[in-house]
Amino acid sequence: MNPARTAWLFLTPALLVLGVFFVLPVIAALGLSLTDYDLYALANIHNLRFIGLHNYWDLLQRPLFWSALGHTFYFVIVGVPLSIGASLGTALLLNSPLTRMKAFFRTALFAPVVTTVVAVAVIWRYLFNTKYGLVNYALAEVGVHSIDWLGDPHWAMPTIIAFAVWKNFGYNMIIFMAGLQAIPPELYEAARIDGAAAPRQFWHITLPMLKPTMVMVMILTVAGYFQLFAEPYVMTEGGPLQSTVSVLYLMYEEGFKWWNLGTASAVAFMLFFIIFVVTMLLLRLSRNGDAA
Amino acid sequence: MKPRLAGWLVNGALAGCAALALLPLLWMLSVSFMAPGSASALPPPLLPAHPTLDNYRALFAYHGMGRYLLNSLLVSSAIALLALTCNLMAGYAFAKLRFAGRERLFQALIGALVIPAQVAMLPLFLLLKYLGLVNSYASVIVPGMATIFGIYLVRQYARSVPDELLEAARIDGAGEWHIFAKIVLPLLKPIMVTLTIFTFLAAWNDFMWPLIVLTGQEHYTLPLALASLAREHSGDNELMMAGSVVTVLPVLLLFLALQRHYLQGLLMGSVKG
Repeated sequence: MNPARTAWLFLTPALLVLGVFFVLPVIAALGLSLTDYDLYALANIHNLRFIGLHNYWDLLQRPLFWSALGHTFYFVIVGVPLSIGASLGTALLLNSPLTRMKAFFRTALFAPVVTTVVAVAVIWRYLFNTKYGLVNYALAEVGVHSIDWLGDPHWAMPTIIAFAVWKNFGYNMIIFMAGLQAIPPELYEAARIDGAAAPRQFWHITLPMLKPTMVMVMILTVAGYFQLFAEPYVMTEGGPLQSTVSVLYLMYEEGFKWWNLGTASAVAFMLFFIIFVVTMLLLRLSRNGDAA
Repeated sequence: MKPRLAGWLVNGALAGCAALALLPLLWMLSVSFMAPGSASALPPPLLPAHPTLDNYRALFAYHGMGRYLLNSLLVSSAIALLALTCNLMAGYAFAKLRFAGRERLFQALIGALVIPAQVAMLPLFLLLKYLGLVNSYASVIVPGMATIFGIYLVRQYARSVPDELLEAARIDGAGEWHIFAKIVLPLLKPIMVTLTIFTFLAAWNDFMWPLIVLTGQEHYTLPLALASLAREHSGDNELMMAGSVVTVLPVLLLFLALQRHYLQGLLMGSVKG
């Protein structure tokens, strides 16, 4: 058999699946976002009309779209640094030569990552219950008045961010640990001889050496956090007062509650566009940093 | 700082973090054994006064948890198995078989990773609707049968298979399928384990796509069942915690058993070339 033919035979199943169930739908989504596909078109395809960029234009004029965008950016801008900070902090602790029971701690800290979002969101909803939750009880012990965590528009998003940090930090922690172990010990040795204390070693050796890892972690985490959906769906149903409606939550409601599939596709593409631009910005920033 | 004190600080901080990570899970386990209604008390009880299995009994007897558990097992196993097959074949082809445009095609796949999966979901729903597949196991399984991430993992790993081994087999007149099945697959065993557990966990925990295509309760996976239970029975904390245990425990145990393989996959997948 000729080698190229063999290769294509081996590739066919995967490419077929990816082509039919991913590439085609993505292209179709672009087309769909230029139509007024709704409940009527769902019933009878002849009701479908091409409306150009009308969906996008409409979205840009809708307050709910802007507030969903705002909530999503809030989640990303506050959540990502906290999440990465927790990952780096725990990775440094785990990597310290003073640490005992390293394997146990690593497993314990990583455990939330493999749990099911929906299930642990249900737990957190209960932990942060206004009346019977452990969190308010603990706060009351130190004299803080009970807070309606998930029922107060000011507190709902911070609570969801705390949840996301708890759920996700273990993932990047593992990546940072590998990055830390790849730093040659001689560098620290030399710094010690020069009399550099631990904080200076961190700033001048650890952080610069971790930079490639940091850039990658940042990009992956930002992209992931932009896709906020299950957390508000389970914990707050987008409320209170729509304060936790994210872009994907809006897409889901538009598409599968109101059956405005055209509008929903436009929302999806806007999100894709935003993630793409932010990723490019992060890459550019990290390269500029190299040049300086 | 004295090394002794530093040691205490580092280990103390780690213990604190570990407690924060595990506390919600331990509390879930504890509350799931409390009698219905008894967790709603002040101060919140930390351990069940009279441990009971009533919540679990109620879940399986009245709320169809057994069915959802089987659905989850079925869907996740099918996805893991099918994705393993497709990804192994494709990853091997990208790593070891020569054909025109190989690198460009692979780069295109990696490039496609920037597209969020949700962009494809709306047309995919329509496609499955016209195929009459909405609200079936197939609708959840089919889009997960191959993943770019999986292909990437296999390719990275399969590159270490020596070419001489394959050439020698070809000179001996072995067919390509034979080479793949008898020589390559045994060498890929570690990555097969990694990929299987990765895909299985992701499928088990997946929420948004099943939520979209599974419109009837009979096909619900555990996360869907739990989310709908949480909306209807938001007051029954003990019941909800038992439901969370049933959902989380299988994947947690699987992870504990195969931790090394899982973390290896995580690291391989994150070190992008």
